[in-house]
Amino acid sequence: MKPEDTEEIPSSLFDRMRKTLAPSGIPTDRRGRMRMVVDTLILHIHPTKVNSRTLRFTYTWGLGGLSALLTVILVSTGVLLEMNYTPSPPDAYLDIINLTTNVWFGSLVRNLHHWSGNLLIVAAVLHLLRVFFTGGHRPPRELNWMLGVAMLLLVLGANFTGYLLPWDELAYWAITVGTSIISYVPLVGEWLNRLLLGGPEVGAATLLNFYALHISIIPVTVVLLMSYHFWRIRKDGGLTIPKKPGEELPKKMESVTTIPYLVRPELMFAIAWLAIMFFWAMLVPAPLEGIANPLVSPNPAKAPWYFMGLQELLLHFHPVIGAVLIPGLALTSLFLLPFYDVEIKTVGVYFRSQRGRYLAIISAGLSLLISPIWVLLDEYVIHWTMWLPSWPTWISNGLVPLSILLLGIFVLTGWIAKLSRASLEERVLVIFVYLFTALVVLTVIGIFFRGPGMELFWPWMMPGH
Amino acid sequence: MVLIMSENEKKKKINRNNFLKIAWGAVAGLVALEIGGVTLAYMQPRLGDGEFGGMIEAGEVDTFPPGSVTQITEGRFYLSRLKDGGFLALYQRCTHLGCSVPWDQVQEKFICPCHNSQFTTVGDVINPPAPRALDLFPILIEDGIIKIDTSNPISRQNYDITQIVYA
Ligand code: HEM
Ligand code: FES
Repeated sequence: MKPEDTEEIPSSLFDRMRKTLAPSGIPTDRRGRMRMVVDTLILHIHPTKVNSRTLRFTYTWGLGGLSALLTVILVSTGVLLEMNYTPSPPDAYLDIINLTTNVWFGSLVRNLHHWSGNLLIVAAVLHLLRVFFTGGHRPPRELNWMLGVAMLLLVLGANFTGYLLPWDELAYWAITVGTSIISYVPLVGEWLNRLLLGGPEVGAATLLNFYALHISIIPVTVVLLMSYHFWRIRKDGGLTIPKKPGEELPKKMESVTTIPYLVRPELMFAIAWLAIMFFWAMLVPAPLEGIANPLVSPNPAKAPWYFMGLQELLLHFHPVIGAVLIPGLALTSLFLLPFYDVEIKTVGVYFRSQRGRYLAIISAGLSLLISPIWVLLDEYVIHWTMWLPSWPTWISNGLVPLSILLLGIFVLTGWIAKLSRASLEERVLVIFVYLFTALVVLTVIGIFFRGPGMELFWPWMMPGH
Repeated sequence: MVLIMSENEKKKKINRNNFLKIAWGAVAGLVALEIGGVTLAYMQPRLGDGEFGGMIEAGEVDTFPPGSVTQITEGRFYLSRLKDGGFLALYQRCTHLGCSVPWDQVQEKFICPCHNSQFTTVGDVINPPAPRALDLFPILIEDGIIKIDTSNPISRQNYDITQIVYA
């Protein structure tokens, strides 16, 4: 029992104000610390106690936390940028020039925003990989997995819409090429593309549309989903608990109070990354080219780097297959993963089992080898449209190679699984690793090996540099 | 008799309940449709005259010699005058992924810098990956003045003679 009325009123004004915010400082006993979590709004995202195993850094790598931190940086720098920006050509471009030359710390704010946005994609993808490799998507966490996929798409959308805002050559043509992919969606594609662009091509209306998406619709949705994401972690009984392969979890496990055992490393991690981001932003300027010129396309005209894998697919398949069917299938399988990859015994074990670890390495290695070979073959040797001239191109240069690839992956992974007597979940792992590695390979080829006319070059022999 | 009455009344009550549920559901659906429709209509492209997206005056008929291709930059299109004197307004946007296609006067064809699609003077594809001919804009010729409506590019698979406009 606290003797309320006998408590002294602090003498100074500042002490009284402090007492309202934190009545008795941070308590030192377990009960007090747990009470504080319950009482304090800002700590509501955490439970009062956490399983001490889940604090292991090499389990989560802090990737979800990094994504959240980057979002905070993006919102803070974003509202600052907004005050020096007009969403209409050519002012948009002139404002960015003014921002980087005349505004105090304008470059710093812009660079922070730029690099945080790009890093957020990387962090969110790595976070997704971590969750998949430790089985964190399995019941009861299906909903949180699907929320995560939705947030990843929104983060891509935020980056894509932000890309146009500086209105330079890079922005204009990357968005032109990127949005043109949409028009290949059967039936509604053209209409959807025009709706998004606000006209037949990227122009003033597009800039305004993208601005609205970028500064209000997408960030608000992201923040709402993120709050839900955090709350679900608590509802689902905290994080998955790390295990070694074959290990049985003890009946009684140690748990520790959130303050300081979780909050302290979180703060340290956040401060370290904040420092990294500041150094990065001071040293590496965000790119800005000449003002957009709709009359002349640069050569090559590339999509933003995170869509380079998609662009590479488009160079090999008929657009309906490369830009619609393949990404659609991949996204659907990713979204519905928790409903067919359901084995819960291995949740918390990295790569499912010892065998799973070997299989993952083999699968990644095979994909690293086969994917570039396939790109080269398709570029120089295979000419489906010439070999099957009387077939419609979406079959000859679409369904035919797609079926061959899918069959190949199916046979290859089935064969690996059979040789190693892998379980179903290990086979899903093998396929996932294979496809993800292929995506990375395609992205790297698109970024570093495609030159003028979208032809293949060695990066060090790239013309025009 | 009393019993039957009350049975009937019960039925009526349930029906009324069901009816209300359905009515509320229908109203909610209608409201959702309305809001969706209003939003979509609101988002439709907005266009102005004299700039790209509106009506553009290209000039007098006689200033374009037969067998010539002229770029009209503010309208983002090429006015192609065929040998027989007919006109086509070709949208400069590549049908592959949207790059601007320059006219190559020497080779007498359009060559896209992005993925090397090539088009003839009437816009037909000579070289893929472009999947179809260059889009067209409607041409209006009044008192010898050529006007082009750039609000709505017309997509087409190939060129055919019905697309030509004569003065
Ligand atoms: C959801 C996370 C966000 C991501 C991933 C993101 C990403 C980006 C990217 C990649 C750019 C291009 C920057 C450049 O190339 O210079 C950009 C620009 C911009 N963003 Fe964001 N952004 C986010 C949130 C926000 C928010 C919340 C605001 C404002 C409320 C905002 C306002 C702006 C403005 C005004 C620009 C134009 C300035 C410039 O281009 O340098 N952003 N954003
Ligand atoms: S955009 Fe013209 S060939 Fe690809």
